[in-house]
Amino acid sequence: MTKVITKFTRNVPHWQPRVKPVDLKEASDEQLDALKVTPSNTKVSEYVLTLAHDVESLKVRSPLFNAIMYDKGGMSRAERELGALAASMVNHCIYCAAVHAARHAQLEKSTDVTDRLFRDGADADLGPRDRAIFDFAVALSRTPSQAGPAEVAALKDAGLDEAEVLDLILSASLFGWANRLMHVLGDPVRLPETAS
Amino acid sequence: MAMETTALTGAGLTGAPGTAVEGRANIFEMTQAAEEAVLRPKDCGAWSHELRAALAARIAVQNDEHELAERYATGAGSFAPLAEPSQDGSAEGLAAVLAFMDKVATDTRNVASPDIAGLQAAGILDADIVRLCELNAFLAYQLRVVAGLRLMKGVFA
Repeated sequence: MTKVITKFTRNVPHWQPRVKPVDLKEASDEQLDALKVTPSNTKVSEYVLTLAHDVESLKVRSPLFNAIMYDKGGMSRAERELGALAASMVNHCIYCAAVHAARHAQLEKSTDVTDRLFRDGADADLGPRDRAIFDFAVALSRTPSQAGPAEVAALKDAGLDEAEVLDLILSASLFGWANRLMHVLGDPVRLPETAS
Repeated sequence: MAMETTALTGAGLTGAPGTAVEGRANIFEMTQAAEEAVLRPKDCGAWSHELRAALAARIAVQNDEHELAERYATGAGSFAPLAEPSQDGSAEGLAAVLAFMDKVATDTRNVASPDIAGLQAAGILDADIVRLCELNAFLAYQLRVVAGLRLMKGVFA
């Protein structure tokens, strides 16, 4: 029996697809190319195999994701993770929230911020810079976006420059995308052998 | 630098978009490539380019991005009426698809396994379900980038 996780956690769950992932044995050349599958590398996650059903999107999405989250300059990696986490909390994507809360804690060498957010929700007591970042990302993640000039002015007042604000827009928006794949196409579960 | 992308044009950032945007030119180029992949893919599966344009326009309306909605709707052909969220798609035999797309776009947090099972029960292939999600998810990203850039331009101009 598997148990679907419904509460936020930094303990990254297993992702269980709701559709049947592409079977590597039946994959097309284009799918194998997008999956970067070689005879020595045949271990591909079920999530990526699920996305391989739409191989044209998968091919462009992976490098875009990496550029938004990891390219040098602009906003720090930890703060981009906070933008990703805010979106994932709005969309209740347990899996994405776990991965990006864990990365934030690792980069900051502290679980303080993510402990507070998971314990107290959006009203958690945060420092002024994190508060402005989190509030903007939450507002932008609503449908339609509820972000306005006041939220961007708060970012500027908290000391963010234009390049940092741009990176926050990109990282929070990117998780509007990622959440609608992860949270929609699969369940976050604990498998019996990985239960903690 | 001249970059013609839907995201930058939608935010009114044409001509010289500024140093910050120019520093992330690769991201805007890849964003445009991603739009091509979801709106005009070579392998459409069950969803034609025209239907994809209508769905994109509908999601843009749901996000209050009416100019972009009009831009997308120009490619929607006979599916153009579906750009209006009050249309439920029954006449086109797409009621299940539109109900799913509306929920993913506007009420993501409450999407659950029965929503996927419902599409499967309606005879929609798993690959086509993934294609719907990619279209919806990309639009969620791009529309927020547009909204964010417009605000950024206002405060940092």
